[in-house]
Amino acid sequence: MRTRPAARAGQYAALLAYLSFLAFPFLWLVSVAFKPARELGSLHPTWIPEHPTLANFRQAFDEQPLLHAAVNSLLAAVGAAVVAVVVATPTAYVMARRRTRLTRAVSGWVVVSQAFPFVLVIIPLFLVLKNLRLIDSLPGLVLVYVVWALPFALWMLVGHVRAVPVELEEAAAIDGAGRLRTLVSVTAPLLAPGIAVTGLFAFVTAWNEFFFALVLLKSARQQTLPVVLTHFIGAEGVADLGPLAAAASLATLPSLVVFAIVQRRITGGVLAGAVKS
Amino acid sequence: MPTATEGTRTARRPAGTGPQRTVTAHGAWFLVLPALIPVLVLSVGPLVYGILLAFTDAQSGRTEPTRWIGALNFSDLLHDTLFWESFRIGLVWAVGVTVPQFLLALGLALLLNEDLRLRPLARALAIVPWAMPEVVVAVMWRLVYDPDAGILNETVRDLGLGDGRDWLSGLGTALPAVIVVGVWAGMPQTTVALLAGLQNTPRELHEAAAVDGAGAWRRFRAVTWPALRPIALAITALNLIWNFNSFALVYVLTNGGPGGRTRLPMLFAYEEAFRYGQFGYAAAMGCVMVAVVSVCLACFLAGRIRGGGDA
Repeated sequence: MRTRPAARAGQYAALLAYLSFLAFPFLWLVSVAFKPARELGSLHPTWIPEHPTLANFRQAFDEQPLLHAAVNSLLAAVGAAVVAVVVATPTAYVMARRRTRLTRAVSGWVVVSQAFPFVLVIIPLFLVLKNLRLIDSLPGLVLVYVVWALPFALWMLVGHVRAVPVELEEAAAIDGAGRLRTLVSVTAPLLAPGIAVTGLFAFVTAWNEFFFALVLLKSARQQTLPVVLTHFIGAEGVADLGPLAAAASLATLPSLVVFAIVQRRITGGVLAGAVKS
Repeated sequence: MPTATEGTRTARRPAGTGPQRTVTAHGAWFLVLPALIPVLVLSVGPLVYGILLAFTDAQSGRTEPTRWIGALNFSDLLHDTLFWESFRIGLVWAVGVTVPQFLLALGLALLLNEDLRLRPLARALAIVPWAMPEVVVAVMWRLVYDPDAGILNETVRDLGLGDGRDWLSGLGTALPAVIVVGVWAGMPQTTVALLAGLQNTPRELHEAAAVDGAGAWRRFRAVTWPALRPIALAITALNLIWNFNSFALVYVLTNGGPGGRTRLPMLFAYEEAFRYGQFGYAAAMGCVMVAVVSVCLACFLAGRIRGGGDA
């Protein structure tokens, strides 16, 4: 469609305005992370550090157990992603291939879960995990993350299963392959990319999560990266800006990388799930 | 199993479902069980438990047994002005974030749907806030808002608009300041959802309308919006719910301060439960919040049915 030049210029101006709104806090974070303490104290901060330094990163690692927290986050996120995918795939398969009262109930729950009341669940969950002796432990946190990631994982996977033509499975069955054989050698390979994307998404969700980690992990040795980040901010709300910025930039990297990989494939958005089911 | 002809078998099969024989009924239960058990134990179970707790005097670290106290928590809650104040702040915050966020995201989605040169960069950048941990988003904006070393005050000074201020600590500026962060943080998700909706709108309709002489606004009203309406409705309802229940952003930005001006209901319930150990009372707060959320959800579903929305 033709667009008049004036209108086009307006579109570009609007787009640039949007992009600067989206980019400027992020650029500022990176800028602060590389600034020496002296420049941070100056009353006229500049966008570009005059004497860029890595001192903030070193100090961040000295001040808080960042490496340990990163390992905890990694374990929790990988654990949650793997378990969520393993548990969700068979269910998603059934939901895509059969329409029964059971699968309809599961779809209904997927919709309701979008508005799931964490506030009402967190106290009982705390008590349940405490009784199971899973409080202050990564396995306990992983369990919570799995349940939390399930609805979206299910929704994504159902879409991927539907994309596998059922005729292929029927052909395999006619050729004499059993149900399991069909699943393993026909369906699973075609489903693999979808499973990978779903797992990556569950990974990012768990890597970024804060509320459950804050409530369920008490000791410093168990805490995940987002919780440890808040320790950089003192009780009075005073923060050591440089190390805080350095640690925060590092904490974002893994999810940014994963998002760069899966970005294209989640264009439908989390919400399309709620709309389409 | 009778092998019917291709025609009858396809006719028997509703669109989108497979043939019955790839999964048997028993097989279905067996395959769904691994997902069903953790869900029942860790979300449906605690939900019921949470509702029951609201009717008890449960506290953390107390040795006496927990007693059933009926609706006492709820009648206490009715007179808890601090809670209702936080509830009011929660509503202001939820609407204050959701509405501008929707309008901005709609604008951005419309732009990204055009054939612009910067589009790939813009799409990649629009994803960034979504990928970031909420805690990092909050930390980042603290750096922007910092009274001395922050870029916002420096910009204000450069533009000659005064000396700047301590945005997050000012009684009048704290809530608007965190609302801006909320809008920023949630915009990408809303944009992506709306963009998906836009791309489902048939281009031919637009072109036909343009040929008939409809201007941009007419085309938006007559073609784009009707197609976008179901998804817009869904995302707005969900955003209202999510924002009403949000926690991490404000916890890190202001921790509810100054003087409770940004104390969202979730922060209030969290403090009541995990700082003061009032589990029963906090559970009652949860019940009230969930009731409100359910009403929102019901409105959304009603709206969807009215709009005949089958996205």
